[in-house]
Amino acid sequence: MFRNNYDNDSVTFSPQGRIFQVEYAAEAVKQGSVVVGIASKTHAVLVAIKRNAEELSSYQKKLFPIDEHVGIAIAGLTSDARVLSNFMKQQCLGHRLTFGRNMPVRSLVDMIGSKAQINTQHYGKRPYGVGLLVAGVDESGPHLFEFQPSGMTEEMVAFAIGARSQMARTYLEKNLAAFAACGREELVRHGLKALKESLVQDKELTVENTSVAIVGLGKDKDGNPKPEPFKVFDGQDVNAWIESVADDKEAAAAEGAEEGMDVDG
Amino acid sequence: MDHRPQAWGRPRDDVYGAYDASYLHSNTPKTATQSPVVTGTSVVGLKFADGVVIAADNLASYGSLARFTDVKRLRVFLDSSVVGFGGDVSDMQYLDRHLNELAIDEAYDHLTPDSSASKTASLNAANLYKYLQKLMYARRNDFDPLWNQILVAGLDGAQKPFLGSVDLRGTSFTSPSLATGYGAMLAQPIMRRVAATEEDAARLTREQAVDVVKECMKVLFYRDARSLDRYSIAVVTKDGIELKEDEQLEKQSWAFAERIRGYGTQTV
Repeated sequence: MFRNNYDNDSVTFSPQGRIFQVEYAAEAVKQGSVVVGIASKTHAVLVAIKRNAEELSSYQKKLFPIDEHVGIAIAGLTSDARVLSNFMKQQCLGHRLTFGRNMPVRSLVDMIGSKAQINTQHYGKRPYGVGLLVAGVDESGPHLFEFQPSGMTEEMVAFAIGARSQMARTYLEKNLAAFAACGREELVRHGLKALKESLVQDKELTVENTSVAIVGLGKDKDGNPKPEPFKVFDGQDVNAWIESVADDKEAAAAEGAEEGMDVDG
Repeated sequence: MDHRPQAWGRPRDDVYGAYDASYLHSNTPKTATQSPVVTGTSVVGLKFADGVVIAADNLASYGSLARFTDVKRLRVFLDSSVVGFGGDVSDMQYLDRHLNELAIDEAYDHLTPDSSASKTASLNAANLYKYLQKLMYARRNDFDPLWNQILVAGLDGAQKPFLGSVDLRGTSFTSPSLATGYGAMLAQPIMRRVAATEEDAARLTREQAVDVVKECMKVLFYRDARSLDRYSIAVVTKDGIELKEDEQLEKQSWAFAERIRGYGTQTV
């Protein structure tokens, strides 16, 4: 019935010093479809593969705006993610109310980190079965954070979580040096290329199953810094990006991709 | 031997007599500050082209007694803003400790591997003003107000000069020139002569603004019986804060006092 005697709850260590419930939660993240995030000096992007439970159903959303300046990508239990998402939305709103500014992304991620850790240390609770990539901008620039059910959070230059995400991470590691200087469009293309690496054999990126989200540094009409708000692109809005990373276009992409790519608005 | 836990650690009744627990539960309801006790008087602040000047004297009065003459009523927040306190001094000290905690949390949150970037992200004067506004209003809704009038001077998110006022009720507003307490009556008209609007204030030089504020401090010392001739003055600009905490009023002239009639010792 049980894999062993030490995985009944999240407060018991195994003799090897492992907490199985937390490790199982990490497995739940690997069941979710893949999401990729990359941050440059000016932007942070999230891209995701959406899945539909059956032919007749719609595709499950993967990217969620939290506040004007932050958004998340989820891999794992969507319903657990909604709890975290609601919490993050409230914190951002509360911060805006008391301080009149965007919540620093690191503080926000630290808060869900602490929240998730508590679940790993109380009898009768279970860890969140979801991993997040948190992308946002604040006064210190664009950021990408990884969040795991154990409560671990870490700032990343680029990362991928979810099913078969190792392939995407390999792509990201290979192109790591290029990201910092990337513009908005280039960053999205890197994200989609990483995503493609993680696709199963007969699958392709389509307008139905691909989501893209962008947040970046920006300016208001007086030239003062104001973030380009976190925005999720779905459906036809991502078509141009998908086409620009299509296998046969790969060669031509180097020169011809910059024009006609602006799907903003 | 009494084994009941209630008796543990208490003086023994058979030795000391019955324990008088009456002080543990008073019959009166919980009370909050109904009036300030040791108080600071006016704070004055004035914006200029690329910063803000703020000043307050170093006196803490106990009623009409000039009780403490070396109380610094301007405090620096995160090396980027200055907060000036009028009103109750103990509540000022509480707020000072509270703001210290806030500053430490904020500095900790923005600790980055390369410490050069740590300055870029932190609470500016506008953020601090908003926070104090919420804090003061929450306390007044608890019917336990912090009995202060506060000026916040610094720069806002766009690096423009910022000057805001919050009082014990949470009432808050910004203006090119601000003064609390007696200063609202005596100093404001003087500052408005040179900075009636934001545009006027944006044309003021630093020297002009400092001179006007010093003039205000002098007038306040002439006419405010709870004031002192030693004062603190701070100038906040992009380059940082210049805070002087032991200034002496200069070039006082009490000639006008001769002409005051109607009270005092004169007989005519």
